[in-house]
Amino acid sequence: MATGNNFSAMMGKRVDASFSQRRKWMQRLGFTALTLATLATVIPILLIIIHIFSNGLPGVSWQFLVEFPRDGMRAGGILPAIMGTLWLTLGTAVFSVPLGIGAAIYLSEYASENRWTRAIRIAIINLAGIPSIVYGLFGLGLFVIFLRLGTSIIAGSLTLAIMTLPIIISTTEEALRAVPNSFRVVSISLGGTRWQTIRRVVLPQALPGILTGVVLGLERAAGETAPILFTVAAFYLPRLPTSVFDATMALPYHLFVISTQVPGMPIRIQYGTAVVLLTFVLLMNITATVIRSWARARRQW
Amino acid sequence: MKAGDFKEIVITSLIKVCGYSAIIFVGMIFVFLIKEGSPALVRVSLENFLQLRWYPIEDYFGILPLIGGSLVVTVGAAIFSIPLGLTSAVYIAEVTPRWVREILKPLVEILGGLPSVMLGFIGILVIIPALRQALNLPTGLTAFAGSLILGGMAIPTIVSVSEDALDAVPKTYREAALAMGATRWQTIWRVTLPAAKSGVLTAVMLGVGRAIGETMTVMMVTGNAAVFPTGLGSLFRPVRTMTATIAAEMGEVASGSTHYHVLFFIGIVLFLISLTVNLIAASVVFRQRKRAERILS
Repeated sequence: MATGNNFSAMMGKRVDASFSQRRKWMQRLGFTALTLATLATVIPILLIIIHIFSNGLPGVSWQFLVEFPRDGMRAGGILPAIMGTLWLTLGTAVFSVPLGIGAAIYLSEYASENRWTRAIRIAIINLAGIPSIVYGLFGLGLFVIFLRLGTSIIAGSLTLAIMTLPIIISTTEEALRAVPNSFRVVSISLGGTRWQTIRRVVLPQALPGILTGVVLGLERAAGETAPILFTVAAFYLPRLPTSVFDATMALPYHLFVISTQVPGMPIRIQYGTAVVLLTFVLLMNITATVIRSWARARRQW
Repeated sequence: MKAGDFKEIVITSLIKVCGYSAIIFVGMIFVFLIKEGSPALVRVSLENFLQLRWYPIEDYFGILPLIGGSLVVTVGAAIFSIPLGLTSAVYIAEVTPRWVREILKPLVEILGGLPSVMLGFIGILVIIPALRQALNLPTGLTAFAGSLILGGMAIPTIVSVSEDALDAVPKTYREAALAMGATRWQTIWRVTLPAAKSGVLTAVMLGVGRAIGETMTVMMVTGNAAVFPTGLGSLFRPVRTMTATIAAEMGEVASGSTHYHVLFFIGIVLFLISLTVNLIAASVVFRQRKRAERILS
């Protein structure tokens, strides 16, 4: 508190010019340092995205997207990996969206603040923090071995669904809580039951926020590799899955395989695969951002 | 009316089940890890666990090198990410005008959404060769490379959680400081940051917690040599983390073998670490909320 003492010592006198000069100079220096540190954080992000697109786009053609890999993945396209990731994302959504929204409705609309609700919140925080590879182990132990689902789309989707659950629950709960209470009061006073109020009033109002959360959760699921390593991912499977009990290739795992496990892999195919995965993820990210800002603009409350 | 009541009851109980699902899943994850991991304690002696060799083919299951590897990479990541993350958060929350903030926040969120395998890919093709040349190392696949990329992955968490905490500091605090004649710089360091202390601490813990659990990136860039790290020099040598060991070896072990159970046992260790980190972070959040309630009432 040295400055504070100096300052009070000067009270009553004319504020020393050099002192205030020094403080201004200090602030300018500090803000410059903060700006530089922030640039050091942000510029690499842009560089990564530009690097991948500039190196990868030349390798992406229509054939690359719709053909099967040939010649030990060193030629041809990546269709099975793209379809696999689509299936897995869809499968994850089927399980995690209803469950996550249900849990958020419970926390926001039904639960009272007691010990059990606190336990649920702590469990959600913990689910969000469990390492992705531990989800992979859990999926292997429960779905693949114990429930005998084998390495299959359904086992992978269930594993990814549990992993995305905390993201969907917390964003949905936030969206539900943002709906003003007066909306609920009006609905109840008109004779609506609790569920009718939620279904007809609260959910429609919170829908954009919920969608944002769902897309962000699925974005994470689509890009994850560790949880699918032992539950669904196939190293090389040049055909499309025919049922949910089939194993499948997936984009993130495919990128891992061709960048570390296959010698003599053409760099063009590696970057091409990276571009497709990045586009997939960025599209979801942009979708979420657009939904959010669109909803903010047209919100009536 | 009867049918309506019935429907209401069914839906309410369904929603309640969903609500409790998080607890059920955490419990199930723990039970399955214990179920598959505890046989390791019976089959492998304590001395075997605590020696310095990880060589499963000859039944050497020393997990200390793996724990050490995880520690080195995580500490390195913390050294990168905490200063950068906190300064970025302060900059975004306190210094820049609103429109810059609207650009920077989504950008940092994009970093958070990049798949870890893609950062590992960039690591292999760009960062590793650059490091090897710049530092004149025999191989670029080092703990340092892992720390660098993991630090980058921890930054979005640190930025967004601590930015929220800074944003939640009441405006009146800042106005009071400025009215007393403090500069904005002094206000940030003496008033806003101390007021947001617990939130910032949570941010750091969650960010670093994410780094411990990260798998694909470290497996791709740290070289995967199970050597017990000694001193600062090991930052520039290959290491192998707990997560990478599970990921690399689980695909090749026979289900039910000793090696299989040991890998699950490492999973238990990871689970317990993340549980501890998150319980502490959660208790900080809850305490903060309680204090806020006391001040408000």
